[in-house]
Amino acid sequence: MATKKLASLSGRRRAGNIASYIGLTLISIIWIIPFIFLVLQSFDVATTSLTGNVWPQKWGFDNFIFLFSGDCDFLQWYFNTFIIALCVCVGQTIMQIMMAYALSRFRFRLRKAMMNVMLVLGMFPGFLTMIVLYEVLKTLGMTGENAVPGLILVSIASSGMGYYVAKGFLDTMPKSLDEAAMVDGANRFQVFYKVIMPLCKPIVIYIILTSFMGPWGDYIFAATLAKNISEGFNVATGLSTWLSQANIDSYYKYFCAGGVVVAIPVIVLFLFLQKYYVEGVTGGAVKG
Amino acid sequence: MKTYTDLELLSLSKGKRFVYKLKCFFCAIPGFFKKLGIGIYNAVKKLGIGIYIFFRDIVMTFIEGDYKTKVSYLIMGFGNITRKQVLRGILFLVMEVVFIWYMIAMGGYYVGKLNTLGTVQPQHLDDGTIIYGDNSFKILLYGVLTIFFIVAFIYTWYLNIKQNRINEQILKEEKQLTSSKDDLRALVDKNFHKTLLTLPTLGIIIFTVLPIFFMILVAFTNYDANHNGVSNALFGWQGFTNFSQIFSWNSGANSFSATFGEVLLWTLIWAFFATFTNYFLGMMVAMLINKKGIKLKKVWRTVLVMSIAIPQFISLLYVSKMFDYHGIINDVIVKCGGEAIHFLDNDASPWVARITVIIINIWIGIPYLMLVTTGILMNIPADLYESANIDGATKWQQYTKITLPYMLFVTGPYLLTSFTGNMNNFNVIYLLTGGAPHPQTMANNAGQTDLLITWLFNLAIKDSNYALGAVIGIMVFVVVALISVVVYNIIPSTKNEEEFQ
Repeated sequence: MATKKLASLSGRRRAGNIASYIGLTLISIIWIIPFIFLVLQSFDVATTSLTGNVWPQKWGFDNFIFLFSGDCDFLQWYFNTFIIALCVCVGQTIMQIMMAYALSRFRFRLRKAMMNVMLVLGMFPGFLTMIVLYEVLKTLGMTGENAVPGLILVSIASSGMGYYVAKGFLDTMPKSLDEAAMVDGANRFQVFYKVIMPLCKPIVIYIILTSFMGPWGDYIFAATLAKNISEGFNVATGLSTWLSQANIDSYYKYFCAGGVVVAIPVIVLFLFLQKYYVEGVTGGAVKG
Repeated sequence: MKTYTDLELLSLSKGKRFVYKLKCFFCAIPGFFKKLGIGIYNAVKKLGIGIYIFFRDIVMTFIEGDYKTKVSYLIMGFGNITRKQVLRGILFLVMEVVFIWYMIAMGGYYVGKLNTLGTVQPQHLDDGTIIYGDNSFKILLYGVLTIFFIVAFIYTWYLNIKQNRINEQILKEEKQLTSSKDDLRALVDKNFHKTLLTLPTLGIIIFTVLPIFFMILVAFTNYDANHNGVSNALFGWQGFTNFSQIFSWNSGANSFSATFGEVLLWTLIWAFFATFTNYFLGMMVAMLINKKGIKLKKVWRTVLVMSIAIPQFISLLYVSKMFDYHGIINDVIVKCGGEAIHFLDNDASPWVARITVIIINIWIGIPYLMLVTTGILMNIPADLYESANIDGATKWQQYTKITLPYMLFVTGPYLLTSFTGNMNNFNVIYLLTGGAPHPQTMANNAGQTDLLITWLFNLAIKDSNYALGAVIGIMVFVVVALISVVVYNIIPSTKNEEEFQ
């Protein structure tokens, strides 16, 4: 009797597990399939237009060769984006860590006020500032074909407002660490640089990773700044022009190939640093 | 109203408990306003006292100060330099010189024109050349900048006076003044936070605060394609005219207020569904992966996480083409004998487009939510479930009584930010539909999947209707702020910053 009950229990569990596996497999397929389609279509050289066929009718590397030939500005876009991503990830990381450390470790007048002001500022839609910034950057000569430095400047300048994740991380670090170091004669800068920074490695890597990934998908501000001048595009703006009504028939497969080329470095980076990303999201992001 | 203790509350029936809670909620509203009133009163009082102290300091210091202090009223930093605080003195002096130079060179001109935003209209000659007059845009921008600068200068001037007062006091007590060397050393020690904060704060002020100020002011002008402030006509102040467009209700076709209402409603619906579908489905996936006995947990997770790594514009654009009228999905439907559907284009029926957008957003959002919830789910103490098991609770009961309350408590603030984030979720809507379908009945090219933010973008950037765009931007802010304030007062997650340190 007892064994029979046990057997049915484990049987039920096994059935439940099988159902879960089926569910998970389905989910994985749903999430992966568009990317597989994307890759497949990027190798299809039969036609350049948008078709319902996923499986390539004729395989080849022509689409990729087109990207790197001189017939389009893709290389320029790619280079632009890479430069932006590199500068932005350095700049944003420094800004955010500085802000987060000061707000987490020091208690000064106006600290609360500052945090509240930034909270309220964050409630304004970012586009509001875009019009002004465009005009300002225009007078500085940082639009059109020179959009890259403009984009870098804007992305770094107000990135201090995204200090929340880093501050959440720093807040969990015991203050006694700082105090111990100061008793030993270190000044605040040395505490920051020699004690806290090494311990912050996971969150620093998280910020670097996210801020490096940001520019690859940054579409709207980049498009506004570049204002239809191809030399100033980043990959998102450039590739999306290939999907416009006028271009889609002759460029669709190139878009697929371009998407694959853009996604590869980010995915590789992500694979290596996935651990830190997961830590950052599960730890810092929620505490907000 | 009778208040119950926890125990009494538990003994009530479900319906009564609900009514009681509802009563509590409404009874708390007057209290909320009372608190708000007191808060405002206190803030005003504090401000008044602050202003009083400000002027008292200025006057008293002048009366009681020695000649060094008195000269400092005119030549900033004089007192500091003569008292051997050369560094501080020079900084004050430099600030004064720069300020005077700036005001003479440009600030004075722009502030002077701020009340009209320029009077000299550009002239269009017959041969097509334009003789430029004033530039309203620059007047407004630099006017605002100058006002910021003036406020900063007055504050520095006040600091300069206060320093003299403090220094005099220290000297009277025959103590040492801090030297320039000490000041420099403090920058990496006692005042290290000032060193750290200077650059980020400056960046925020110039690149966020100033533009927002500017745009709020633009909402009160007629800055649009016909008044661009430079080449065709200047723009000027016109009070609340733009706002009255939203609030003067008329429901006919192409009415701005009706369109605004429709877009706002859809924005709220969208934000609600985008937030909660992602949240619950993401949690479900996380629980599925976390389930005991499931192997290869890491693989499942990695598969989902990988989709975060792919830049969003690629996946969004690609998926939008999959749902195209000639796209893969329709191809499959036709091959199975169905009829192709307009999912996202201009011929789509509004609710098909809206539901498709929400579903695609689920696809986009679940991996991230899965990550967020995984960590928290694993933090729920396992003994809670064990004791629930012993008491004979079903899985569903365990979920609704343990998992969900815990999750909602911990992720309350996150849900709020993700709700407001979704209200401003530009990329998903813009890249998927661009607001389509665009019916004729809606004003200013609004579409039926347009959020306020994408509509704002179209108005401001595409139609150059900056004034209306600014108005909508302000409305977005008001809505987001209202929701945030209300929800923050409801959710129980009392955040204590010092808790961990």
